[in-house]
Amino acid sequence: MGIAVDIRHAVKRYGTVTALHDVSLAIDDNAFFTLLGPSGCGKTTLLRLIGGFEETDGGEILLFGQDIAHLEPNQRPVNTVFQNYALFPHMSVLENVAFGLKMKGLDTAARTARAGRMLEMVHLSGYADRLPSQLSGGQQQRVALARALAPEPRVLLLDEPLSALDLKLRQAMRVELKTLQEENGITFIFVTHDQEEALTMSDRIAVMHAGTIQQLGTPREIYEAPVNRFVADFIGETNILEAEVHAVSQLTATLSLAGQTVTCPAAAITPGRHHVSIRPERVTLAASGLAATVERVIYLGTDLHVITRLSTGAEMRLRMQNAGRVTPPEPGAAVHLHLEEGALRLLAD
Amino acid sequence: MADTRRRTLLLLPTWAVIGVLMLIPVLLMAVYSFLTKEFRGGVEWQFSLAAYDQFFLTRGLFGDEPAAIEWTYINIFWRSIWQAALATLLCLMIGFPTAWFIATRPPSSRAIWLFLITVPYWVNLLIRTVSLKFLIRDNGPLNEFLIALNLIDNPLPLVNTNLAVQLGLFYSYLPFMVLPIYAAVERYDTALSEAAADLYASRWTTLREIILPVVKPGIVAGCILVFVPSLGAFLAPDLLGGAKTFMIGSLIDEQFRGSQGNWPFGAAVSMVLMTLVLIVLMFHARAQGSRR
Repeated sequence: MGIAVDIRHAVKRYGTVTALHDVSLAIDDNAFFTLLGPSGCGKTTLLRLIGGFEETDGGEILLFGQDIAHLEPNQRPVNTVFQNYALFPHMSVLENVAFGLKMKGLDTAARTARAGRMLEMVHLSGYADRLPSQLSGGQQQRVALARALAPEPRVLLLDEPLSALDLKLRQAMRVELKTLQEENGITFIFVTHDQEEALTMSDRIAVMHAGTIQQLGTPREIYEAPVNRFVADFIGETNILEAEVHAVSQLTATLSLAGQTVTCPAAAITPGRHHVSIRPERVTLAASGLAATVERVIYLGTDLHVITRLSTGAEMRLRMQNAGRVTPPEPGAAVHLHLEEGALRLLAD
Repeated sequence: MADTRRRTLLLLPTWAVIGVLMLIPVLLMAVYSFLTKEFRGGVEWQFSLAAYDQFFLTRGLFGDEPAAIEWTYINIFWRSIWQAALATLLCLMIGFPTAWFIATRPPSSRAIWLFLITVPYWVNLLIRTVSLKFLIRDNGPLNEFLIALNLIDNPLPLVNTNLAVQLGLFYSYLPFMVLPIYAAVERYDTALSEAAADLYASRWTTLREIILPVVKPGIVAGCILVFVPSLGAFLAPDLLGGAKTFMIGSLIDEQFRGSQGNWPFGAAVSMVLMTLVLIVLMFHARAQGSRR
């Protein structure tokens, strides 16, 4: 598998604000790649640099080995699905989808045929003559997709394309997007601030914060082995606790946590005070373990959320499946918590 | 029921204003155009087609030849249409970039630019037109400036030309072009331009195929707002032009002045002008309606 987009030391500044600090990133061909982060983290800026809507202040952007950093957007073989779709309001759905083909010089018959096939692909065949304003949000979204896919780009950029849709539609579109990417066999670079979206669709995720990439990996790596507090906290729910690391060997680290000595997978850190993270679903009530007091029990339907406080004063949340046989602890009860050792993660900061 | 009655009541002032200030004067004008003229101005209440006859037909100097088409007034109309169209085009060429410039400034400074556009219009139109005449006359600042620069030896004879009338119309109505286009451009979503560029359109194609069609309602509104008053303008042609640049507005103006006037004829010319304007507006409405 080759590399579709290779970003080397990209820098972008807006006046005195640096939006991207020396970002390097290689994106595989034929992958669903997600740039994930909170607003202002630089993910959209990075996408716009690839699309050519912003100029870099340093570094290179290679598309299949060719430097495209100084090409205009209309010279780059990438297409974009814009956040609010940016459909041309004065053109019919078919004309919108055919626009890129027209610009590429296809004759009317060829582009009508291809645009028709694209509309079929996104299940909008009957809507060819409508104006964008006569479509629902989800339909507009699919027109935007068809329009961007019609010229057969090798890389498709998607700028938070699902954020304007309601929850049900968003969930349906996730599956549809992933299917489209696999069927078309092209690279999708997807920008989102929604971690659930990122986890469900991506082959690989780059978590961004403050203009830098914090962690790069598969959804499972990102979720289960976050490298720092930002990633651990941003992706899903987690408990972050302070711990004293005594020794780090090749495979395991020994540390004391709230008065107990535990071992966990090693990380590239030196002994001393560090933070560890553990997901609430990896903490269970047990006969022995960390002593804690239950503060609150929250009913979530499929799950129960129990908020407890350790003797050190730190908060520890746990999640238990509402499988029917479970009797939730009462607030105020003294309990013991078992931490799954393999699930503890040492964080770099 | 009470709601409907209240709505009617609230709309009453509007209907009254439209009725008293628009419908009645226009009806009066229509009636006057079919009456007989009185010699010291005013009308005699006797039906007559003389005004329209005078406008469209000629029967020779003594009125004894067979009726033929009278070209004098039609030519004045033609010249007025031509002048107004040119003024509209000039306003569009200058107004569109101006509106674009203002709409793309940061929101905080847009208000200042719009303010600067409207400031000159706080001064009466007559004063402004006279000032323009002062600027471009033979020994006015413009000519003296050009002579001082050694660009010309003798002053350019600008006053009493079509060019001067053009300048006057352009200057009078420019904001009517800028403001509606500004309103349209300000609402324009620049992501559309990015989408066009993303789909391989050049800058020129983006302007032609995306930007212009999307802001077209603003452009059309601006053109109508400049073209219609230019067509009936009389200050600019009167003050800046001469006999050769006579326009419809001046012709109508003349008919209602002093004892030389001819009220029914003035009213008839007005009716012809209004018909023309209505035809233009109808074409516009049809063009708007045919869009899906």
